[in-house]
Amino acid sequence: MTTKEKGYVREDGRKNNELRSPIKAEVGIIPNADGSAMFQIGKTIALAAVYGPKKMHPQHSQDPEKGTLRCTYNMNSFSVEERIRPGPSRRSTEISKITEWALEPVLMLDKFPNMVVDVHINIIQADAGTRCAGINAAAMALAHAGIPMKDMVSSISVGKIDKTLVLDLDKYEDSEFKDGEGSTDIPVSITHAGEITHLQLDGKISKEQLMEVIEMAKEACGKIYEIQKKALKEAIK
Amino acid sequence: MSGEEIEVTPKVTADRIKKYLEQGKRFDSRKLDEFRELKIEKDISKKAEGSVRVKLGKTEVIVGVKMDASEPYPDSPNEGNLMVTAELLPMSSPRIELGPPKFDAIELGRVIDRGIRESKFIELDKLCIKEGEKVWTVFVDIYSINDDGNLFDAAGIGAVAALKIAKIPEYDEEKGKVIYGKHEKSLPLKKISPFAITIHKIGNNLIVDPTKEEEDVSNTRLTIGSSDGTIFSMQKGDSTSMKIEEISKAIDVVEKSWKELFKKVEEQLK
Repeated sequence: MTTKEKGYVREDGRKNNELRSPIKAEVGIIPNADGSAMFQIGKTIALAAVYGPKKMHPQHSQDPEKGTLRCTYNMNSFSVEERIRPGPSRRSTEISKITEWALEPVLMLDKFPNMVVDVHINIIQADAGTRCAGINAAAMALAHAGIPMKDMVSSISVGKIDKTLVLDLDKYEDSEFKDGEGSTDIPVSITHAGEITHLQLDGKISKEQLMEVIEMAKEACGKIYEIQKKALKEAIK
Repeated sequence: MSGEEIEVTPKVTADRIKKYLEQGKRFDSRKLDEFRELKIEKDISKKAEGSVRVKLGKTEVIVGVKMDASEPYPDSPNEGNLMVTAELLPMSSPRIELGPPKFDAIELGRVIDRGIRESKFIELDKLCIKEGEKVWTVFVDIYSINDDGNLFDAAGIGAVAALKIAKIPEYDEEKGKVIYGKHEKSLPLKKISPFAITIHKIGNNLIVDPTKEEEDVSNTRLTIGSSDGTIFSMQKGDSTSMKIEEISKAIDVVEKSWKELFKKVEEQLK
């Protein structure tokens, strides 16, 4: 990557545009589910299961125009260093919604009026980038469930560490780095066609650098897409 | 909740399960007192002090142990604390609805808690950091990943296994802070394995390790937490009665099953 600032050198020795390893993807891990997948990137592991389409209850929540996508993101209490209280939180509620918004654009939900597709995401090991890992797993699980999709969604987080842009933040870069301009976290989800379905940012960045961020994310999502595709193909062998 | 989308074992299948059992047979050709294949995977979540994935056939749970330094309870100023919780994830079954924990999850957590607590498996008196001020709290958290029946036993095995491989993090007495990732030694445990083993009564037959279909047909269940013949906890669930002879037989079956499970668990934790 051609960031002008060479100030920040990554602790784990990665290049600035290098994804964490290992990246692992597996489809069909939860037999009860209509579709399921695991996505691991570095030390972050997400599981996703899809149930549906099924009839939406209660009836007043039904949408006669199109089906509803309902995502729930959940972190296991032991997935982080200091145990978190099990169950939903404000953070997980927001990420659940973000995940719905990231995935909905590629789903052909108009085929399922009055129905709901449930996507359950569970983070069993967390080391930053959990929402992106969750979205990657969820997109695969939806495809595995046979929900009609126009495209795939891949997700990655890009960060600005002090002044340097780096791909796929780990826990240290995401929440412990405090020097200079600090750490800016920018999770992005992109379809294979290059449409952005999700973009968040916490921190401080210029437009110029942000555009560079998106280019970095797009390139990385291309790699993730190939991994997702490979896992899905293996599942139907 | 409308029942139409919820997959419950149809009556025709239920009748067939009962009929088979009368002849001592099960759909998957197991004996009545035979468990499905048990698989344990260690360290599935590295931030936990100890974690395992337990599979019993298609049933899967993950269990993680976390530890934190906290204040002791006033009635046990020099003993560590134990907390066991269970979450039935909607991920694990089409039947589980979102929302606050329902009775099933609460019961599961409590039954497993009692098995561990009552057996004194964890030597809580050795988990005191400073009497009356700081002790270790051991959290055992259970999550269902795929429910194909008998979450109880899978969870109980998982809890015992995760505790056996758990390592205590470091405690910085000066700063009063836990340093995670730096692990010193194993938890102080007694040399027992208090697994919870559940016997189900279907008609007049007693079976172990039911699949979801069998669980649906079950009239009543008896969960026994024990180690090598010593019983530490029991819980009878559901509203059909059991005869005294049935209870006695159930304990015999549990003792036999415990021996088999113990061997398998020890092998896989090596």
